[in-house]
Amino acid sequence: MATIKAGETYGFFTDTSVCIGCKACEVACKEWNQLQGDSPSFLADSFDNTGSLDAQNWRHVKFIEHVPDQSSTAGNGAAWLMMSDVCKHCKHASCMEVCPTGAIIRTEFNTVFIQQDVCNGCRNCVAACPYGVIGMNQQTGTAHKCTLCYDRLQGGLEPACAKACPTQSIQFGPLAELQQAADVRVAALHSQGVTQAQLYGRDDKVYGGLNAFFLLMDKPETYGLPNAENATLPSRNDVGGYLTAAVTAVLAVIGGLVAFRRRGMG
Amino acid sequence: MYLAEHFVQPPQWTWYILFYFFFAGLAAGAYVLGTLLRFSGDPRDEPAASIAFLVSFPATVICPVLLTADLGVSWWKFWHMMVDVTPGDTGLNFKYWSPMSVGVWALVVFGFFVTVSAFDAWLGNRRGAGIIPMVLNRPFNVLGAVVAIFIASYTGVLLSVSNQPVWSDTWVLGGLFLASGLSGAAALLALLIRNRPDASFSLGRLHQADGYFSVLELALIIVFFITVGAAGTLAREVPWLPLWAIAVAGVAGSLVEARGHVRMQATGGSGTVAGVRLDTVVVSILVLLGVLALRAAVIFSAQ
Repeated sequence: MATIKAGETYGFFTDTSVCIGCKACEVACKEWNQLQGDSPSFLADSFDNTGSLDAQNWRHVKFIEHVPDQSSTAGNGAAWLMMSDVCKHCKHASCMEVCPTGAIIRTEFNTVFIQQDVCNGCRNCVAACPYGVIGMNQQTGTAHKCTLCYDRLQGGLEPACAKACPTQSIQFGPLAELQQAADVRVAALHSQGVTQAQLYGRDDKVYGGLNAFFLLMDKPETYGLPNAENATLPSRNDVGGYLTAAVTAVLAVIGGLVAFRRRGMG
Repeated sequence: MYLAEHFVQPPQWTWYILFYFFFAGLAAGAYVLGTLLRFSGDPRDEPAASIAFLVSFPATVICPVLLTADLGVSWWKFWHMMVDVTPGDTGLNFKYWSPMSVGVWALVVFGFFVTVSAFDAWLGNRRGAGIIPMVLNRPFNVLGAVVAIFIASYTGVLLSVSNQPVWSDTWVLGGLFLASGLSGAAALLALLIRNRPDASFSLGRLHQADGYFSVLELALIIVFFITVGAAGTLAREVPWLPLWAIAVAGVAGSLVEARGHVRMQATGGSGTVAGVRLDTVVVSILVLLGVLALRAAVIFSAQ
């Protein structure tokens, strides 16, 4: 790919229609970022044994299994949806909005990055991230998530996960180029009769647009992604919350003044 | 109307935060009540006002300790809340749209008001006059009470300004925590002054005020359940119904106690009506447990 330049917006286009669930992205991510990973656990509800994104898993291949209860017929067997999930590097990022320390910044590549030496572990970003991306590292006491391989970008290298993906499900590049490629891909799928294919985060309906956007084979909720109606920023509750508090305060003060009003000295 | 969908991770705000919310509500509520008692203009309320300012001091001091402890191994970076140490972009942190950012500064400012007012009350008790002349004390208290109202309520707004289920599905938490904090502070003061002859004049008045706060709290609890139900996350409250029952029991205790005092005042304090009153100790403890239970139910049901 072309030279990676500061000042340009970079991201991922993850095409779930060609994801085979090999987890090479998870391994490459851990390898490069020196993540130890969580202790292995048997989740018993799918072939997924990673569980979720957290401080040790910055890429997570979701397995969504639509296995019918009845015996399958030809061409109507188990449906496997796989998606390599990652931080979306939202244009309007909930985590950045609420972070009180200024630890979460936008880099020169327009990605969202948590400065480990600034973060103090308040976990406000964890409560805010609508995708459940951010996790707490108990050893460092700080919040962790995908950096979009900030250090690799600074060295002119593409992120480890995209480099390792054997099916080109994860594509890295300048956002504008990725969006063009996604438009071509979804048009091709539609022309082949795969009408359920849809882009998520390609336009500005979800958090102003996602630097890491997806081609999905079902509705967003199926993949654990909020739809456009539910993609709301935490600050939406600022006005309502404070207004209710203000009205309560006025009524409470009136109540207090009535209760404590001056009475006769007798 | 649409049902909310949540795919977030819980922030693991647990015991430290629960008790921070509890003590912040009591400290702020006590300061507001001290100010209101002072504004009654009745000198017989001054001893109770003095106790209110004194009790708000330890309740405030414990707050930053709890918040710092909650940071875990990063506790030594607590000051990053106020100072941005980003290389090349250092400066003070203040985000008016982030309740946590505003709340930290408010806690600092509130700490100043509480310290001065508590010292003034302590000195007043010892030598009959505080450090601030009464003419300046009232405006000082009013400013402090405004900050106190913010402290008692922003914790609820902070929860709402997130994407967590329950918390972000309602806009009443700020008002609810304020009403609850005031009610708890009134109960705490009633508990502290019940055996103080010089402050006993204010006992019934505090119970009456608690009754008004409890009416507000009850109304906001109802709105809370309506809003959370409309968002489709009401089921998360089911396991925590015992805590909600304690919270409502505290509200009910306040209302019964307040009713008894209002009726007693109406009849000039006759002994027959005084018998209607529940024991102050029992009611106050029930109210304080209710304040804690309410916050626990809200905090834990989302996580």
